[in-house]
Amino acid sequence: MPKEYRIALRNCGLINPESIDEFIAADGYQALRKALKSEPLGIYEEIYDSGLRGRGGAGFPTGAKEKAAAVICSDCEKYVICNADEGEPGTFKDRIIMETDPHTLIEGITIAAYSIVAHRGFIYIRGEYELSIQRIQNAIEQAYGRGFLGENILGSGFNFHLEIRRGAGSYLCGEELTLIESVEGKRGYPRIKPPYPAEKGLWGAPTLINNVETLANFPAIILNGAKWYRSIGTEKSPGTKIFTISGDVNKPGFYEFPMGVTLRELIYEVAGGIRNGKPFGAALIGGAAGTFASEQHLDVQMGYDKLRDAGLTLGSGAVIVMDSTRDLNQTMLSILKFFKHESCGKCIPCRIGTTQLYEALKENLTQLYFKADTVYPELIRQAEMIARTSLCPLGQSPILPLKSLWEHILVKQIANK
Amino acid sequence: MEVEKILSKYPRSKDYLLEILHDIQNHHPQNYIPAEAVQKVAGHLNIKRAQVYGVIGYYSMFSTKPRGKYIIRVCASPICNMMGSCNLLDFLKQKLGVGLGEITADGLFTLETTECLGNCAAAPAMMVNQEIFGNLTPGMIESLLEHYSKKSK
Repeated sequence: MPKEYRIALRNCGLINPESIDEFIAADGYQALRKALKSEPLGIYEEIYDSGLRGRGGAGFPTGAKEKAAAVICSDCEKYVICNADEGEPGTFKDRIIMETDPHTLIEGITIAAYSIVAHRGFIYIRGEYELSIQRIQNAIEQAYGRGFLGENILGSGFNFHLEIRRGAGSYLCGEELTLIESVEGKRGYPRIKPPYPAEKGLWGAPTLINNVETLANFPAIILNGAKWYRSIGTEKSPGTKIFTISGDVNKPGFYEFPMGVTLRELIYEVAGGIRNGKPFGAALIGGAAGTFASEQHLDVQMGYDKLRDAGLTLGSGAVIVMDSTRDLNQTMLSILKFFKHESCGKCIPCRIGTTQLYEALKENLTQLYFKADTVYPELIRQAEMIARTSLCPLGQSPILPLKSLWEHILVKQIANK
Repeated sequence: MEVEKILSKYPRSKDYLLEILHDIQNHHPQNYIPAEAVQKVAGHLNIKRAQVYGVIGYYSMFSTKPRGKYIIRVCASPICNMMGSCNLLDFLKQKLGVGLGEITADGLFTLETTECLGNCAAAPAMMVNQEIFGNLTPGMIESLLEHYSKKSK
């Protein structure tokens, strides 16, 4: 069985999440100490060299994001935001980090703030994550008390203030520019990109916005160096990833592995195989805005490049497993219902399109003879149009599960009949 | 807690709007944001009432209509759905005698659905006010309902 390697989750279950002393005893805030002794430039270069990519789903190189926010201006107001609006179905890695090791996240955010020289930051946590909110609030208060946050942190002369902002039940607010609108106290409507947050983010100021898991990797990278981080995982996808496995497996849960672990290992060894000994049906990788993998993909290595080559996406690291008895059309229907519900209505292609996709599949599924070979190509055609014409990533998402379900699974089922 | 008291905790800056609305709603025994409160929030932040309503209307956790003392939010995500949350929703509807968005006759429960609660390893899941429960069965739901009914007395 492949061995778990925990970086983002290194303290999970080992320390009391409500005790800053236990965190400090586990080398906590050592990375911050080290970072504050070097130049901000050295920090983002270290992150850049580590090859870390955004763990929220888009996989953008984190160091490049930091550099953009760092170099845009030297003496202006800047902000750091931690995106903890984890709403991708099947994903709960950020919740686990916040609930079990809140200080690692705070340390990571503070290092990020120092690297771009921002003095104010926010953690935007979804409103449903009550325990995460409590744990982070408690940790922030403790960090202020010990001088890891606030004025003149550890005598370095660097000031940084961190606050929580609660979301209120909008999936779309996980999209970075929409999240910024929400932090400003507005409806969660996406902004047009560019400008990117690093140019014009919160209140028009340069803003660095990273996912929880991404930031939780910062302390270890700063402590051990980019070279160490690159020695884990694969060449193109360095480091580890937290996979949240759910559905028809014997041991659903969260597991952190070096990139490159295979889907087969995750499902059959780590998660204990399919429940009730049934055959594998499909796996939805990356959540609702993810892709369906078939049996032929079981040996693909989990990493940005290898998955992309196989027509799949890593996304948030969610792995939703379905046994062979599951009706995948019904799963697809509930995914389309989800997008229909979460479309904000700002742009027409997404507002009308997501409803139309859902209604069309629902209507067709009630027919006596459901003809996948006529229904799916038409849904895909429409979803492609929605993707091309929508304002934000939500409208670009339905095509992912639709096309992969059709091409990877349904086409073969029809051919085998 | 009174609305004034909640408002006094917050600077007069619009970015606290969601925080303020959460606090008002969580402290209201009927879990909603009444019209008088909207007026006061608008005054405190020096924004139009329409702006406050605009935000309340956008976010699914907020409500301008009275709700039960306990809001039951059943996860309707594709995973929970697959693991049987729709059956549990039917069970709850029948048990409580209400439809989605309705309050029980005793004013104790409002039934709603929610998107993914991030409790997928223990699907199907639901939330009762701020607490999350997983691996639900009809039997568990029955005892939870009993627990909350007793708690309210």
